[in-house]
Parts: sequence; structure tokens; C-alpha cells
Amino acid sequence: MGKTLAEKVWDEHVVRSAPGEPDLLFIDLHLIHEVTSPQAFDGLRLAGRRVRRPDLTLATEDHNVPTVDWDKPIADPVSKTQVDTLRKNAAEFGVRLHPLGDVEQGIVHVVGPQLGLTQPGMTIVCGDSHTSTHGAFGAIAFGIGTSEVEHVLATQTLTQAKPRTMAVTVNGSLPEGVTAKDLVLTLIAHTGTGGGQGYIVEYRGQAIEELSMEGRMTVCNMSIEWGAKAGMIAPDQTTFDYIQGKPEAPTGADWDAAVEHWRSLRTDDDAEFDAEIVLDAAEMTPFVTWGTNPGQGVPLGATVPSPEDFDDETDKIATEKALEYMGLEAGTPMRDIKVDTVFVGSCTNGRIEDLRLAAEIIEGHTVAEGTRLLVVPGSVRVRLQAQEEGLDKIFIAAGAEWRGAGCSMCLGMNPDQLAPQERSASTSNRNFEGRQGKGGRTHLVSVPVAAATAVRGTLSSPADLVPALQEA
Amino acid sequence: MEPFTTHTGVGVPLRRSNVDTDQIIPAVYLKRVTRTGFEDGLFAAWRGDESFVLNKPEYAAGTVLVAGPDFGTGSSREHAVWALQNYGFKVVISPRFADIFRGNSGKAGLLAAQVDEKVVQRLWDHLEEHPGATVTVDLESRTVRAGEGPGAIEDSFDIDDYTRWRLLEGLDDIGITLGHEADIAAYEATRPSWKPATQHA
Ligand code: SF4
Repeated sequence: MGKTLAEKVWDEHVVRSAPGEPDLLFIDLHLIHEVTSPQAFDGLRLAGRRVRRPDLTLATEDHNVPTVDWDKPIADPVSKTQVDTLRKNAAEFGVRLHPLGDVEQGIVHVVGPQLGLTQPGMTIVCGDSHTSTHGAFGAIAFGIGTSEVEHVLATQTLTQAKPRTMAVTVNGSLPEGVTAKDLVLTLIAHTGTGGGQGYIVEYRGQAIEELSMEGRMTVCNMSIEWGAKAGMIAPDQTTFDYIQGKPEAPTGADWDAAVEHWRSLRTDDDAEFDAEIVLDAAEMTPFVTWGTNPGQGVPLGATVPSPEDFDDETDKIATEKALEYMGLEAGTPMRDIKVDTVFVGSCTNGRIEDLRLAAEIIEGHTVAEGTRLLVVPGSVRVRLQAQEEGLDKIFIAAGAEWRGAGCSMCLGMNPDQLAPQERSASTSNRNFEGRQGKGGRTHLVSVPVAAATAVRGTLSSPADLVPALQEA
Repeated sequence: MEPFTTHTGVGVPLRRSNVDTDQIIPAVYLKRVTRTGFEDGLFAAWRGDESFVLNKPEYAAGTVLVAGPDFGTGSSREHAVWALQNYGFKVVISPRFADIFRGNSGKAGLLAAQVDEKVVQRLWDHLEEHPGATVTVDLESRTVRAGEGPGAIEDSFDIDDYTRWRLLEGLDDIGITLGHEADIAAYEATRPSWKPATQHA
């Protein structure tokens, strides 16, 4: 019997296996940030250990760095300590760090791919659950806890039981205006937040193949939101084209050898998955969440559901609680929901294509009265690229705030937070209670919906916008 | 990690059951960036109370905590184990531990010794009658001992074989993996040259 993509990559990284024991897996790339690494380094120090492979380790500052005044000292003492500690640790243990102010600084999951460090067939880990993003290149990539971070630092390996595999096949093409984000939100609403538990998922089918690399990253990024261990997409010409020429991409004969190997990273025709889900892209529409987990979503054209719509008792109660927290009435059209803040950014939708798309929709419009729009590039490179293309001017002219790079309002660890009961339309990945600030209410949306919502002040799609010319 | 064979130290009777990890160390104490210093937050809510056992000078140097059933329930925070160790505890004795706490303890080198509920009762009585008395925990023979003469307490405790082996050898997860260092080095030698690196020689 043939092997799945996941099995091929896994098997290539087994350092040691013994019956009845989990495999010892080699890690090709270990990404580090300021929040989950301090105690791992301290553990090394206490045990007198060193970082085994600094050359396979990369650190950036992202989770709690400010996105305004980033040249001034960090005001929040805990954030400052974490950032200072990362700098000290990186220097002491010889780890490459891209600190605030560096041109390669940014969200760890944006920086890896843009440096060309994320490549097909790798194993990639980071003390962050959205490490699954890197699976878009055909890598096995997943989040780990702090004690595992220490383990990888010391040994460049992890002890792991082999997960089961699942295929998510998305047939057909996405309709115009429907994005990778809508696709993955639709999938999560379909499976529920636990549907992928214990699986490495391979996304495949025409709609996935037609996505750009950045769209593929958006899909893989949210794998964790339906419980999957990791998400992957088989590498193809789109992948190779994206990597070629990036700073750390192979060159010359190495490039040829790499591509030859990468081409073998496909699920064999006779391989079997442990589970399979099939979806039709042609039926998908802009999709938004109404509740407090990423699975509580509906098409933008639908209404807020009622607890009565659910048969299952737990779902009924969960819906009731979510509606109360979100301050929503069942039956309200999603399009009537008024939004205070629109956040465009995060490792889900903070890359250059996302900013281009947002700018294209916003150009010639202004942000609605009573609504604020925060545009936060995923990395300094993305910010610079956007400025080169004049996107910043479009955002600023429309009345948006054009920020520095970082996680920002995705998790509100820096000062970018929602006030209690403030409502956001956010291109990030989590709408948990309090995620973007205590009492804050989050609707997860795609980039086009975010941009249109900023202009209208209520949840909207670009189709709802009166052309700018007509307005004048 | 230091190998653990046998330990004798002052026993602390904590007459409480269902001590969860929030009680062991409340969330507000989790902001540090080190693995040490968490003793500040250990049982923080109770230490405000003068009559709390750890506030009594006889027990201040305690290293063996004797607690009621269901110790370490709640969130999976490893800080709970660190806080106990940072304070100076080497052993926690309880009739029943939460699974995650037990797992975290074994990994960090804190011995979680599960005994019969009656043994805990007898230890509590003994330690309260003789404040500052010691308890001996012998991992090789899996026994706890306290007191002397006719009223002496001696009983066995439960610990799984794997955790016992790790503690006796002083092996943490990293130590075990580094035992396979030759395998790791052999693997590294076969990695293709085109695989990316973050630093170049
Ligand atoms: S952008 Fe959000 S989800 Fe992504 S790494 Fe940062 S905090 Fe995590």
C-alpha cells in the first residue's frame, strides 16, 4: 500500500523507533518567540545544557510587541521582561533573533515563509498553536508546549506518537470574492471545533490547488481551530515558485536536488487515509462567525441562529451562552450587526496579498463614522512592501490606522485591545471570549468582508459597497 | 535532574482534599520568565492566614507534603510542580493525584507517592502531635516511614515502574533522549545539504 504525504514526511524524520514507544522525530526548524521560550531556556541553564542546533533555530519578537511607538521602550512591564529575556537568551545561546526594529521582525509564521526557511518536506515546530501555517508548503508543522520547546532546544528532536491521517478534499472552484478564509471557516462550521482531533489533515482537491501560497497558509493556519494536530498541502509548482529566490531558499544544484525531492512529496494513489471529508467550493459564500468559537459561523447572508435551531442539548446551551456574551439576538441578519473595530492582520491574514486585497476594496472609500480600522502587517517586510506599492496611503486616506508589525489585536497581549462589549470584525483566527480584550466581541471574517465592513460599519461584503464614483 | 533514592525530611500535614493547581499557585504568579522563584506564590491564598500550616515555624523547613485525596486537579500548569519544588518540597504524599499533575511531577523530579487514605490520616495525626517530625520516603523499597517505637508508621506507596525508574536514575525527558544521542548524530549526518539553516558557517 502507498503512503500519504504526511506518512512520507514523518518517516523521513524518524531518528529512532521502537515497538510500543512513540517515535523520536528530528526537527528541521524550531521557531521561537518571547512568550513561550523563557522557561525553556531557563531549564537549559539550570541543567547546564546548550542549544544543540542553533543553526536550525530562529527567534522573532511578535506576540506582545507594540505596533505604535515601537522605537520607544515597551511600556508594559511583563511584555518588556519577556522581550528582554528573549534577547538575553538568544545572545547567550547563540540563537539568531530578529528583534523589534529589525527588517526581518514579524509574526513568526509570516517570517519563516518569507525568509524561505519554510520548505516542503520539513518538520517545523514552535511554541505556538498556529505553527500549522507552515504545513501549506507540505511540511509537518505543529505547536508545542514550553517543556517540549526545551526538549527541542536541547536535542533537536521530539518524542511523538504518529497521528492518524485525514483528507479534506475541496472540489470545484471558489466563486469570485470567496477566499481561503471563507473556505476554512465553512469547513470548521461543518466539522465543529473538535472534528480534526488527533489527525494530520491533508487539504487537497481543485479549490486547494487553485489557491495562492498565501491562501494555502490561511487554510493550514486554522487547522488547529478544528482540533487537527497539523494541516498540510502537497507542494506543487505554486509552492516552488513562491520559494525560489527567497533569502534562505536553496540555489543552483541544491535547488534542483530539492525540487526533485519535493516533487515526490505527494500522497500515493493507493494510499489510504483514516478519515475523509469532501466539500464543494462552488457552494461557498463569504462566511462569518456569530459566536465564541471558530465553529460558530454562518454565511454572511444568513441570520444569527437561535438555540432552538440545534438538536443537541450541549449545542443549545453553548449557543445561548455565546449569544449572551456576543450581545446578539437570534434572527438578526448578520449584515445588520454593527461593528466598532475592524482588524486586518495576524498570521491568518496579515500577508501582502491580504493587504493588497483590503486596499483594493477600500480605495476611494472612507471608514464609516464610529468605526475604526486597524491594519497591522504581519511582518516588517510586508509593511515595507505595502508602502512600496502605496497601500499605506490608501489605508490612511480612508481613515485607517497603519501600524507596525506584530500579533497585535489578534490576542491583545500588547496595548491593541477591545474595550468591554466592543465589537470587532477580525481577520484573525480566534473569537474566544476575551481573546481580543476582556469582554470584547469578535466576529471572524475574511479580508474582503473586513474591508467592506470598515466602509459600511456593519458586517458587509464588497458587493454591498456602492461604487466610490457614484458616491461622489 | 538529581537521582532520587531515599529522602528524609520534615513532614507538613496539609489537611485538605481537592487541592487544585490554582490553589497551589494562582494565575497571577505565573508572569515570571524563570523556572525558579515560584515559592512566592505557593498556596498564596492560604498563606495570608497565620494559622496555615506553612506559617508555623516548626513546619517551615518542610520537604514532605502530606495532603488529602485529589491533589493537583485543575489546569495543567507545570508551575504547580515548580512552586512546590522551589519551596523545597521533594515529595508529595496523597491518597490520589490528578493524572496531569502526577505526570508533570515525574517529569520534573518531584516524587508523588500514592498511599492508602488511612496512612495519610496517621501521618497527619503524627505530624500534628510532633510538629517538625520527619518522614522518610524510600523509593527503592517504595515505603514511607515516620515515628519510632510501637506507634511507628511504615507502609508502602504506589508509583508506576517507569516513573520510579526515571526518578531513581535522575532522568528527565531530555536526559532520556540524550541517551540516544548516537542515533541523533547518525540521523544528522544523513540530512541533505539543501535543507535550510538559519545560520551559515
Ligand atoms: S497572530 Fe495571533 S494566532 Fe498568529 S501567532 Fe500571533 S497571536 Fe498567535
